[in-house]
Amino acid sequence: MGNLAADASAAHPVLALDGITKTFPGVKALDSVRLHLFPGEVTALIGENGAGKSTVVKTLTGIYQPDSGQILMDGQPVQFPTAQSAADAGVTAIHQETVLFEELSVAENIYIGHAPRGAFKMIDRRKMRDDAARILTSIGAKIDPMVRLKDLGIASRHLVAIARALSIDARVVIMDEPTAALSQKEIEELYELVDHLKAQGKAILFISHKFDEIFRIADRWTVFRDGQFIGEGLMSEVDESDLVRRMVGRSVDQIYPKRAAVIGNEVLKVVGYSHATEFEDINFTLNRGEILGFYGLVGAGRSEFMQSLIGITRPTKGVTRVGGDICVIRSPADAVDAGIVYVPEDRGKQGAILDMPIFQNVTLPSLGRTSKNGFTRMAEEFALARTYTQRLDLRAASLDTPVGSLSGGNQQKVVIAKWLATKPRVIILDEPTKGIDIGSKAAVHDFMSELAAQGLSVIMVSSEIPEIMGMSDRVIVMREGRIAAELSGDALSPETLVRHAAGITAKGEAA
Amino acid sequence: MNVLKSRETILFAAILALLMLIATRFPGFVAPTNLLNVWADTSPLMILALGQMVVILTRCIDLSVAANLALTGMVCAMINVAMPGLPVIVIVGAALIMGAALGAVNGLLVWKLSIPPIVVTLGTMTIFRGIIFLISDGQWINAHEMSASFTALPRIQVLGLPLLGWTAVLVALIMGIMMSRTAPGRAFFAVGGNPHAAVYTGIDVGRTQFWAFVISGMLAGLAGYLWIARYAVAYVDIAGGFELDVVAACVIGGISIAGGVGTVVGTILGALFLGLIKNALPVVDISPFWQLAISGAAIIMAVTFNSRTGRTKGRIILKSAEIAQ
Repeated sequence: MGNLAADASAAHPVLALDGITKTFPGVKALDSVRLHLFPGEVTALIGENGAGKSTVVKTLTGIYQPDSGQILMDGQPVQFPTAQSAADAGVTAIHQETVLFEELSVAENIYIGHAPRGAFKMIDRRKMRDDAARILTSIGAKIDPMVRLKDLGIASRHLVAIARALSIDARVVIMDEPTAALSQKEIEELYELVDHLKAQGKAILFISHKFDEIFRIADRWTVFRDGQFIGEGLMSEVDESDLVRRMVGRSVDQIYPKRAAVIGNEVLKVVGYSHATEFEDINFTLNRGEILGFYGLVGAGRSEFMQSLIGITRPTKGVTRVGGDICVIRSPADAVDAGIVYVPEDRGKQGAILDMPIFQNVTLPSLGRTSKNGFTRMAEEFALARTYTQRLDLRAASLDTPVGSLSGGNQQKVVIAKWLATKPRVIILDEPTKGIDIGSKAAVHDFMSELAAQGLSVIMVSSEIPEIMGMSDRVIVMREGRIAAELSGDALSPETLVRHAAGITAKGEAA
Repeated sequence: MNVLKSRETILFAAILALLMLIATRFPGFVAPTNLLNVWADTSPLMILALGQMVVILTRCIDLSVAANLALTGMVCAMINVAMPGLPVIVIVGAALIMGAALGAVNGLLVWKLSIPPIVVTLGTMTIFRGIIFLISDGQWINAHEMSASFTALPRIQVLGLPLLGWTAVLVALIMGIMMSRTAPGRAFFAVGGNPHAAVYTGIDVGRTQFWAFVISGMLAGLAGYLWIARYAVAYVDIAGGFELDVVAACVIGGISIAGGVGTVVGTILGALFLGLIKNALPVVDISPFWQLAISGAAIIMAVTFNSRTGRTKGRIILKSAEIAQ
């Protein structure tokens, strides 16, 4: 690495983002950020969920247009109005879920969009096959270019994606969580490949939550937090603690309206919940009036566990006790009957029925109570919907309007009102404030606090450290499908959360 | 809700405009007795479309309705021929049960085997027609073989409208109450509007779709008896291609092919619109080819109109929220 630093060309970035700002309604996703990528070097982009990493990738690949700021290639300002223009300029991304075409051959996948042409502009299949084979060999991949992609495993598909990056003569390669689905052996092979790309002088942007990977492979680091640029430097000059501090470093206080609730008896006890692939041996208890936070990285298995708890997927083993009694939950309807309700993360997909009026959304799981002799009664439905939407301070012209006409924050309120109307004992809120504006966030937090004060037990799945710190009485940290730690009181700090979630041994501890 | 209402108002206005246009060339067409006849003539289409509406609401499609109609109708006719003394009401009951059973076959294949509904019903459509051929040996059953009471029932006039027309009124009322006032009715909208959300709410999506097919099949069975009795003939190809008219009636009536949006009133109006064109154009001496072209144009206009109103309904807000994720 020393020789690279000494190399004069390394001082000039291939690609530089300067002062890039990108705003979405209610959210400033990127606030004047800076990111420099150097030839033959790997730059790790580090940040919590919501720090703006994905937005940067989309800006670099021409999917988003920045509101302000400039992109420089070799010092010259450039614009990427389309994905194709970014690819033409030599910027390519290998995504978390690699976007390739299942039914096409490996060679076609590598050359789609820029296939070699022969007579009459027809695709020269032989040349395409030979070129693909040559690229695959050059990265040490033993893949037949004529095999169809769907016959390959995930690791091989990554290699195909990388071969594609090489085929368009990319100068900048973005790897977004490339190891998420790979085995240890495949990860080692990927590292070799990255070294190979470095040797060819490519600039690599490496996005990962895993610190061991970052320290193994990156030459430089850049940290974002809440859409802002926090710092950058050489990996050789930092340690894990420095990076963690930069990632989370902010004060967590006043803005969270957590009230001291009287925590009562045990309401829910989960023993030994396991699933074939998603999670293993989950044990915890939840008490009356308590807010229990579930923290972890994306993919730690939190949502998967919650979905299993409410009967959407079946666990391989495990017991649920509600109020001391064993409770068999085979379907979401069973969970509602047991008093456990789940407010999913993705409102648009899993929460509200957008074409349905507000009141019908709210009463959907409670129709038994608003019906008489099998017929629904509109007056009762409106009364129930009005009660709960007013408690949540929902702003809508009429309860008869479709939910789709509301803002994101108000849609979230409808979904929460729907579940509160079932009079649950346990409410699971999965990323309750993701993607909603600050004002609605505060209202949701305030309400969560009020619910706990009224004796409801709340499970809050969140990837936002301030929210977890500010709202939870106790926090369970999950990593790779298991409970990594249970924290409360003084043991609960942003640093310990990140350490347990990322699997970093504490400072001073023998490795 | 306002958008839905206005959608139906526009369709209603279009039907009135069509009637006025016809009246200028053939005033007799808009006489009350003739309009009642048009209603009766359109009844099988309305009954089938109301069943199809439920299926489309749950994001499925039932292409086997016309074949179900033909098969159930043939079986009804054969029962009548074999047992002329059997009360017609028993045959009507048998038609309902048999239609529901054929619908249940579709429903089970969609629910338990997760086969796409278009494939399932395309298959059963052909199978049902094949079964008619097998049981009838390809022979026709004609009016003289059927009992008088069998063929008379749909034609009995009550208050100037044949029972055939009253059946459509009754089915529309029952469906209207079910869709708007019962939990199962609400489930059809929920499943089509957002299947993921429906699952979290404790609604079994597959089971709900199964019941949609049963309802569609049951109504097809009912229409099967009515059709055979009214035209007093049963053969393999009866109502051939009619499933497309049924789907067209739903689409013109504002049932979203993407599921979750639609009303009984809209469906009735959609069927009436097609029924009017079919009945009026020959009277005013317009070629049947124009009839097809006008139906086709109406479908495209309805879909365009529906997708445009859908877009103004605040979807933009949601889209931008999705992007911000």
